[in-house]
Amino acid sequence: MKTIYVDNAATTAMSDTAIAAMTDYYKTVYGNPSSLHTVGQQAKEALDDCRVRIAKCLNCEPWDGKQLPEIFFTSGGSEADNQCIRSAALLGARKGKRHIISTAFEHHAVMHTLKKLEKEGFEVTYLDVHANGLVTADEVAAAIREDTALVTVMFANNEVGTIQPIEEIGAVCRKKGVVFHTDAVQAVGHIPVDVRAQNVDMLSLSAHKFHGPKGVGALYCKRGVPLLTFVEGGAQERGKRAGTENLAGIAGMAAALEEACANMEKNSAKLLKLREKLIDGLLKIEHSKLNGDRNMRLPANVNVCFEGIEGESLLLLLDAKGICASSGSACTSGSLDPSHVLLALGLPHEVAHGSLRLSLSEATTDEDVDYIIAEVPKVVEYLRNISPVWEELEKGIKPHLI
Amino acid sequence: MALYSEKVMDHFTNPRNVGKIEDADGVGEVGNAKCGDIMKIYLKIKDGIIEDVKFNTFGCGSAIASSSMATELIKGKPLSEALTLTNKAVAEALDGLPAHKLHCSVLAEEAIRAAIKDYYDKNGIAYDKAQFPDPHDEEEHVFEED
Repeated sequence: MKTIYVDNAATTAMSDTAIAAMTDYYKTVYGNPSSLHTVGQQAKEALDDCRVRIAKCLNCEPWDGKQLPEIFFTSGGSEADNQCIRSAALLGARKGKRHIISTAFEHHAVMHTLKKLEKEGFEVTYLDVHANGLVTADEVAAAIREDTALVTVMFANNEVGTIQPIEEIGAVCRKKGVVFHTDAVQAVGHIPVDVRAQNVDMLSLSAHKFHGPKGVGALYCKRGVPLLTFVEGGAQERGKRAGTENLAGIAGMAAALEEACANMEKNSAKLLKLREKLIDGLLKIEHSKLNGDRNMRLPANVNVCFEGIEGESLLLLLDAKGICASSGSACTSGSLDPSHVLLALGLPHEVAHGSLRLSLSEATTDEDVDYIIAEVPKVVEYLRNISPVWEELEKGIKPHLI
Repeated sequence: MALYSEKVMDHFTNPRNVGKIEDADGVGEVGNAKCGDIMKIYLKIKDGIIEDVKFNTFGCGSAIASSSMATELIKGKPLSEALTLTNKAVAEALDGLPAHKLHCSVLAEEAIRAAIKDYYDKNGIAYDKAQFPDPHDEEEHVFEED
């Protein structure tokens, strides 16, 4: 049986380019970039070469190697989110600013950091993302106060794929003098990200979302925006993040990102066609609903709810057919509440339990999409047939919600 | 290691006793769609023996497997024996459930009790009320998460 991996928002398979880049580094550039000898200095040069290449992909300011860089390497997106948000918050607090603006459907790396800051005395405004999963720059502007230290709004949502108006939000923040961070883990390598044009002050990214290795990521911090250190130790990353750099991982990330950016236009065009076909095909199932705005969404993201069924059983049955997907149901999250993202869109709990996320990649084929469109309705029908909830909906004992 | 045992997967993908009994003698429904699990058990009873049992379940893989296993365990058994079925027995018969899925086996036990209680109520059969604690929809679903 063929495996159809459509969970690329969770993680991607590594590209051959990234694997080749890493292999080279493991074999030849094994030095510690902090060592003074030739082998160490070769590693240092390689590290900074990666930094420059990643910076170029995001259109950072040019870097002469002497001033503080704008790209700092981390262990991944979560660490980058933690450091950016905590740094901006604590620096704001030193000036008496203890208010943060975010959205109701951020990734847990952002959400849990904010919850912790709330316990530490910060006040957080969570902007409504509305039924379509989008906030507006006007809503951000209206929420900004004298004591706002930070605005953090994700670039693209990991579950429903909606893309926020980052450039406009960034412009509002710049005008009001508030630091603007964006969790761009789902966006970088998939849609155009230009930190200068989009008025971004801080940004988080993760290599394994664009066919790079796991366990490595980066944060962007605009020159002039101060950044606090949280991993103490050696002077790596100009004192902003201690620990011997994961050079091979960083090299794999740089190679994967360059490849993703070079092919972005071509891949997006292909993915958009597949996405639209998949959405049309799945919405033919009665009492189904697309989650998140149809147009302002990632080219690879499809997220649909089916009424009367539960997501985990849907996933297990699809897995048995070779389709690897994900769901925002409670059972897949390990808690009893369905995903906070789907609830933030205003979906009732019972509907949110029946969600299916399919995140495609350039490796997804037209045949794969045909197969998914053929198999999902069978599984949905099977589960509906044994569902007492569906029975009540069909008998009119309870009204259909979607 | 897979999330579920082979037995759970077997009972999930080929559930036993799926369906409804239109002229059931007792019907029990427990759970809450908001929490993601609802189980409905139908019993056909003759001379105190469970002649037939069917279920419908909305829920995750372990909820469907627990329903299937629980119905297997009580089919053909006297009511008195069915009342002694515990969630632990259901989970054990499935070769175990992950810790955060144990509530599915609890629901199966509750659904069977609810169906038997329904049968007693419909037929005016006296019973010890202490045997049937009210399974509240919400209270079983409080799990601490850090």
